[in-house]
Formats: sequence, C-alpha cells, structure tokens
Amino acid sequence: MQVQLKVNGKSATVDVPPNTLLVQVLREHLKLTGTHVGCDTAQCGACTVIKDGRAIKSCNVLAAQVSGSEITTIEGLAKPDGTMHPMQAAFKECHGLQCGYCTTGMVMSAVDLCTHHPKASEGEIRELLEGNICRCTGYQNIVKAVVKGQADMASA
Amino acid sequence: MGASDFANLPHIGASIRRKEDYRFLTGAGQYTDDITQANQTYAVFVRSPHAHANIKSIDLAKAKAMPGVVEIFTGKDIDGKMGGLPCGWLITSTDGTPMKEPPHPILAIGKARYVGDQVAMVIAETLEQAKNAAEAVEVDYEVLPAVVDVRDASKGTALHEASPDNHCYKWAIGDKGGVDAAFAKAAHITKLDLTNNRLVPNAMEPRAAIGMYNRATEEYTLYVANQNPHVERLLMTAFVLGLPEHKVRVIAPDVGGGFGSKIFLYAEDVALTWAAKQVNRSIKWTCERSESFLTDAHGRDHVSHAEMAMDKDGKFLAMRVHTDANMGAYLSTFASAVPTILYATLLAGQYTCPQIYVEVDAWFTNTAPVDAYRGAGRPEATYLLERLVSRCGWELGLGQDEIRKRNFINSWPYQTPVALQYDVGDYIGCMNKAQGLADVAGFEARKKASAAKGLLRGVGYSSYIEACGIAPSNIAGALGARAGLFECGEVRVHPTGSVTVFTGSHSHGQGHETTFAQVVAARLGIAVESVDIVHGDTGRVPFGMGTYGSRSISVGGAAIMKALDKIETKAKKIAAHLMEASDADVEFSNGEFTVKGTDKKVTFGQVALTAYVPHNYPLDKLEPGLNETAFYDPTNFTFPAGTYICEVEVDPATGKTRVDKFTAVDDFGTIINPMIVEGQVHGGLVQGIGQALLENCVYDRETGQLLTGSFMDYAMPRADDFPEFKIDTICTPCTHNPLGTKGCGEAGAIGSPPAVINAVLDALKGVGVKDFDMPASPSRVWEAIQAAK
Repeated sequence: MQVQLKVNGKSATVDVPPNTLLVQVLREHLKLTGTHVGCDTAQCGACTVIKDGRAIKSCNVLAAQVSGSEITTIEGLAKPDGTMHPMQAAFKECHGLQCGYCTTGMVMSAVDLCTHHPKASEGEIRELLEGNICRCTGYQNIVKAVVKGQADMASA
Repeated sequence: MGASDFANLPHIGASIRRKEDYRFLTGAGQYTDDITQANQTYAVFVRSPHAHANIKSIDLAKAKAMPGVVEIFTGKDIDGKMGGLPCGWLITSTDGTPMKEPPHPILAIGKARYVGDQVAMVIAETLEQAKNAAEAVEVDYEVLPAVVDVRDASKGTALHEASPDNHCYKWAIGDKGGVDAAFAKAAHITKLDLTNNRLVPNAMEPRAAIGMYNRATEEYTLYVANQNPHVERLLMTAFVLGLPEHKVRVIAPDVGGGFGSKIFLYAEDVALTWAAKQVNRSIKWTCERSESFLTDAHGRDHVSHAEMAMDKDGKFLAMRVHTDANMGAYLSTFASAVPTILYATLLAGQYTCPQIYVEVDAWFTNTAPVDAYRGAGRPEATYLLERLVSRCGWELGLGQDEIRKRNFINSWPYQTPVALQYDVGDYIGCMNKAQGLADVAGFEARKKASAAKGLLRGVGYSSYIEACGIAPSNIAGALGARAGLFECGEVRVHPTGSVTVFTGSHSHGQGHETTFAQVVAARLGIAVESVDIVHGDTGRVPFGMGTYGSRSISVGGAAIMKALDKIETKAKKIAAHLMEASDADVEFSNGEFTVKGTDKKVTFGQVALTAYVPHNYPLDKLEPGLNETAFYDPTNFTFPAGTYICEVEVDPATGKTRVDKFTAVDDFGTIINPMIVEGQVHGGLVQGIGQALLENCVYDRETGQLLTGSFMDYAMPRADDFPEFKIDTICTPCTHNPLGTKGCGEAGAIGSPPAVINAVLDALKGVGVKDFDMPASPSRVWEAIQAAK
C-alpha cells in the first residue's frame, strides 16, 4: 500500500506492505538510520520521533496509521547548515550521551518534553523521561542536559 | 615521560567536550544494523523453546519451500567441519585436572541446552521471509529435565557427556591450614550467606552482525557489534573455522554499549561468517531484544558462604569463602576466569586480612552462558566482602566506618594473601572525603525526620577495590589465560603535522576519540582537533586486545604513550639536524623543539614536514617518515579504590525503597577528562544500584523458561529511580604506567551494590530484619519485614 508522509520537511511516498512499521519506513525505505530500535516491546524509546508535534515511538505504530502526517526525526532537528538544535547542543555540553544509541530517541523525547512542559522541574523531567532507557549515562547528565536545553529552547 | 610530568601537560585534566558527539547527536552514527550491503540477505536463528531437550529430527522441507529462502543450515551441516566456540581461560581444579570444557557448537548438534540455544539458521532475501521460514522449521524435541539453580546443579540431569554431575571445576586459592588455625584462635567469628543475583547486561544496541565473502580475493569481512575485533578474529579463525587470519577482516563500527556482553565470540558471528561463503552472499543478522535477553551472556549468579575471624578489637585475622558459580549451559569466552582470577583475588579488599582461603565450585545449568559483565568478578567480591565487613561491625557494636578504619591498609606496596600486590592508594583519604561529602554528621537528624513520616532511614558503606588492566601477559598465562593482555598503539604523524592514531582499544561509549586525542595533543603540543583516533577495524589497526576490565586508558593509553616516546625521539633527531645541534641538546615542549642555551627553535609541524619532504635530512642515518607503533604489556594491574555511602528510606507499609543520597569518592589516579570520568561513574552507579534495587534475571526453577525476558519483566533502571549523585575523587597516581591512570569504567557498578544493601539492612535493623539479598524490590523488602515480625 502507498503511504504518504512529510519527513523532515520533505514529502515522501513509499509503497510498503500493510504490516510495515513507521520505524521500518524511516530506516529501511528512507535510509534515516538515526532512529534506532532498542527493544521489541515499545519500552526503550530509542525509536522516538515527533509526529505532528508530539513524540511517538515509531516501533509501535504502523506506517499506514500515520499516513498524511508530518514526521521529524533526529536527522531533521539540526539547521540545514548543520548547526545543532539547542537540545542537541545541550546534550553535548552536559555530556548527556555516551554510546549514542539511545541518544537520538532521548533527544527527540527531550524536545517534546520541553515543548509541552517548558517549566518542568528536575524531578518532573526525570518522571517525563520514564519512556526512554539509557544504559550508559546513569541519567544524571541527561537530566542536566534537558534542564539546559529547556532554558536554551526558551531563549532561542 | 613520567606520570607526574604527564599530569601537568595542557589538556590533561580538562573536560573537553567529546569529538564523537556531533555524529551521535545528529543521527550520523553508523551502528552495524545501519550498514547495508548490496545484494544482502537476512538471517534468523531458530532457537530452542526448551531448556533441555534432545533434538530427534529437524524437518526443513516446508521451510525451504517458502518464498525467498536462500538456505537453511543446522548442526548436521557443521558437525565435524569446524571446532566449537573456545573458552579463553583454562582453570585447573584443586585435584590437578583441567576444567571440563564440553563442546560448544555454533548450531546445536543433537541437543539443546538452554532456552534460546541456536538450532538452525535460516537465510532469506528479506527479514520477513527469513522470519516466516524460521517458523516453518519443524524440530522434534524430546524434552529433558532442566536444572537452573546453581544449588541444584549436581542433582540435575547432565547437560554434557563430559560432566555427568554438571561440575565444571573446583578451584581454590590461599592457605587453608593457616586460615583454619587463625579461626581456631579468633575472639569473634562473623558468618554470612549471600546470593549475587543474575543480571542481563542489556546494552541498548542489541547484538548485530553482517557476514560477507569475496570469492575473487577469498576474503571474509564481518561487521559486528563487538568490543575487541582482533580477539574475535583470532578466536574465530584459529579455534573454530581454521581460516587464514589475514583473509578475515573484523570491523566493529559504532557500537551501542557493551558492558562486557560484546567481548565474547558468539555463535551467530561465526555462523554468519561461515555461511557467507556457503551462499556467496552477504548476510545480516540483528538480534531482537527478546532474543538478547535469552542469548547475550548474562552476569553474576553466585551463591556464597563467607566467614571472618577477628580478634577482640575487630581486627581481621582470617577469612574463608566458598562460592558456587553458575556458568550457564556452555563456557562463554572468559566465563571460567570471572569467579576465580577476577573474583577471589579481590577478596582482601582494602583490608589487612593476613590469611584468606577461597574455594570456588563452577557448575553447568540449563541457562544462558554467564560471563564478564561490568566489573566481572570484582562486583561479586566486593558485594561479599563489604556485606561481611558491615556485619562484622554490627556484631561487634562498631560503626560501619570504624570497622573499616581499624582494618584499612595504610602502607604501599601491599602484598595481599590472594596473589595481588597493590601499588598505591589512600583508603582512609577516600573514606574521610566521602564522609564529609555525605554529611554523615547529619544522618541522625535525617533519620528522625524520616521516622516522623513513618519511614525507616538507613546508611550503608562500601569501601571497594578493583583490579583493572589485567596483566602482565606472562603471569596471566601461567594462571591459565590463553590470550595476551597487551595493547597496541600506532601514531601516524602526517606531513602537515596532524595526527591519526590507531588503537587496539575499542570505544563503545567511553569517549576514547576525545580522551586519547587529549593525550596525544598534550604530548605533541598540538590542538586536540588535529588528532583523530581510529579503532575497531582489524584491517586498519595493528593487533590489539580491545576494551574490557577498565583497561583502555591504562593499557591502550600507555601503548600510545610508548609510541609517542618513539615519535619524540625520532623528531628530536630531525630537529637537531635542522638546527645543526647535537641530538642530546634538543628539548621538546609545547610543540617546539629548542636547543639548550640558544634561541634556536623549530616547530613540530616543521619537523613533520621535513620527515616526509626530506630534502634537508640526515638520510644516511635516519629513515624518512614519522610513524611509530608500540605494544605495551603492563607489569601489574591498576587498583582504583573508593568509599561509597548510601542513604535509603524504606516505607515499611509497602516495602518501597528509595535511594535518598548517594556519595561516591574514587581514586582513579590521573584523570585526563573529568567530565568523561564522571559520566563513567554515573553509569556504573546506576548499573550497581540497579542490581541492588531493581534488576533480577529469573528462570523458572522447574522448566528453565526465562521469566524476565523483556523490558516489561526485567526492571531496567530509569531516570526517576535515582537522586542526584554526589561524587568526587582523590588522586594517588598509579606507579607503573606512564600516565598514572587506573581506570574508571567499572568502579560504580562494583562499589555500589553493597552500599545500598547495607543501607537497607541498617534501615530494617529496628524491625528485626538481619539478612537480605538483592534486589530490594518492594515485594521482597515487604516480605522480609513480614517474615521478621
């Protein structure tokens, strides 16, 4: 079946079997491999992307379900000249990543979190990151990064 | 260059932001599953649904007729054609016999021994076709009784012909007679039984590999999520497939975390490499998370009894320990070394215990193989010793700090009774700093405040030591190691003065591309941006041993330092020629060569250019070029140590345990990038506290089914499970490597579990709970409180 999407500002039409997941369209058809798959139960959040302004787990939704949507993946977050989004820059500044595997989903969740909870406290940030698992950082610097990214997004 | 000079160089001790971050933050990382080959096929493994079963027959007819199927292989196709997966460490039993090493075939031959054991490999044009065909493979199993718990192993049905009682080895260290004599004279003996719970490593990137073969060149390439590609290649070519090593290239590209679980040579890696030639196609396999839970090597799983003999003042006289270690169904790559060489030798801890005797029995069970996981033996040793020491204090009416202070080693070098010689440390310094940072003086007031809320507050201590950078090769060899323990480093100076370094260490989150660049930039007086680090490719890097056991900076970094020594020596000769001075009068600092007592100078860049454009050059005495390789074999382990203090609040009504404060003070020797080191400590702490509070790998004791096989059943630590950690360091530089570094990757996971459980026990003292094992999940804590009533 045909699925029409707008991904990172560009229109994309893919012809896929009806059981195809959004993450498969992104990784395998559109070659956007920055969105990762870390589990098979929608628990880890490595595959998080933004659909029509809200974060979703792209491993847990069929491509057909989101036909017509606008999707932003990690590849679409930086400016066209390569300048990082304030949240990406905050993760680098605060050492909020180590192996990088959960990072892309974590950053997308963090952007969503700060867009919809611009005044979240540190404790609330910890709770709101429940859907993203990181095995490397112990979360401390991720939380620091989100606090900084939140401030930088507000002043950007 | 010595460690003290090194520590004073620019860039050393600077929290430089990581060079690797831009690619990871923009989605430009290239993990194995992100790589696609032309004409690639996909593999799916058919795995045993039974923990123990004879394979009576496998019918492939239906599966082979499925759309897109390229080929299906089973144990019959490999039987007699290749070796099994080897174990890299030979342990000799107390009776002089070698450990039992039953065959570990890459596809099960005749029998499956744990849930997830690979029975067939299906290769098809698409992943979906491979999955569909795998479901159509019909295996007729004769189910056998399974044994899961290490305490049941000797009574269980034999897994392997080579071991009728499922025993792998009995190993011991120490003077049993001396220990028994000391116990006979003791004023007080403290005893403890404890279990170190089994864990699943769960690196966020599941294992993945692509096997490739080129008929024209007869060359194999394996992309694989792995921590040590040369070791992977050596084991695969020399022990399993018998291939010429120079015809096999192993590439470990960006790797999404390892924690030990990607050290090992896995069956799938070999199967893909071998099958790529059989089908003459590239084959990709990516592990699904539920498959990872079943088949990644697990960690820990010890059951132990420990006793400490003391005099009337609480001075340790002797300790004896017996441990049963679960090896799982087969011996994984370094499984045998974990509960012996990496465990028992650490049981002196930070204390002057003059006599120690440790006996270890290792057993096969119908569970996934158990091997090194963040800390590997040292967390098991630390959990046992630090639980025992706190109990010693409680039984004698001494504080957890006092019992430790009375027994701390306070002069170095210190020879322990269990083989290791600690070179340097300051254990009381760590303890004092940790106590200040943790505000232990305010504990009683906080305890009262908790009590007013109906909550029980407790404090727990742990003063750990670990041995990192396992070495030297010759002694390890005498102890059974079947591999070297050196590291390589190649420094390639380019004509315009920038540098590429090729290291055998592998970074899968540790930030080597930044830390190692700081080391090189500091030594050569050039910008960190002018240095790139290449790792993870046997086709580009000289033979190296990879990353495990917190060895990268102390062994890999030292190899780079040795190569830089050679670079400096040669560059000085070139500079001497340019400045018409004698070699001995040339000095090098901050990127400039000068001649003593003159104002003559040339820059590092000028020397680099001269080396490759040797027009004005002593060609009669010196080769052109500036490219040096060094191999470094350490003379001893390094010994990071520290004191951790944990405060928990337990709700007795629900059993919910919350870590309220956690303080860690570590001695890592010289620190190159504090930001990266702090990140390593945070991550280690969460894995250790995760073990203590949340994580537990559980198999059904009767059927051998894995009950915690997904992130919905296995409690992974999440952001809201922790407070902000207070961490700090002290520095006693390592005395035997040129950087003074000790390693920091595993400390957090080693030191933290006993601090948490000691805090839980301290909190529960008042309600009568005397003993408790990990994890302190609400139900287990609540049950312990009810049982004590």
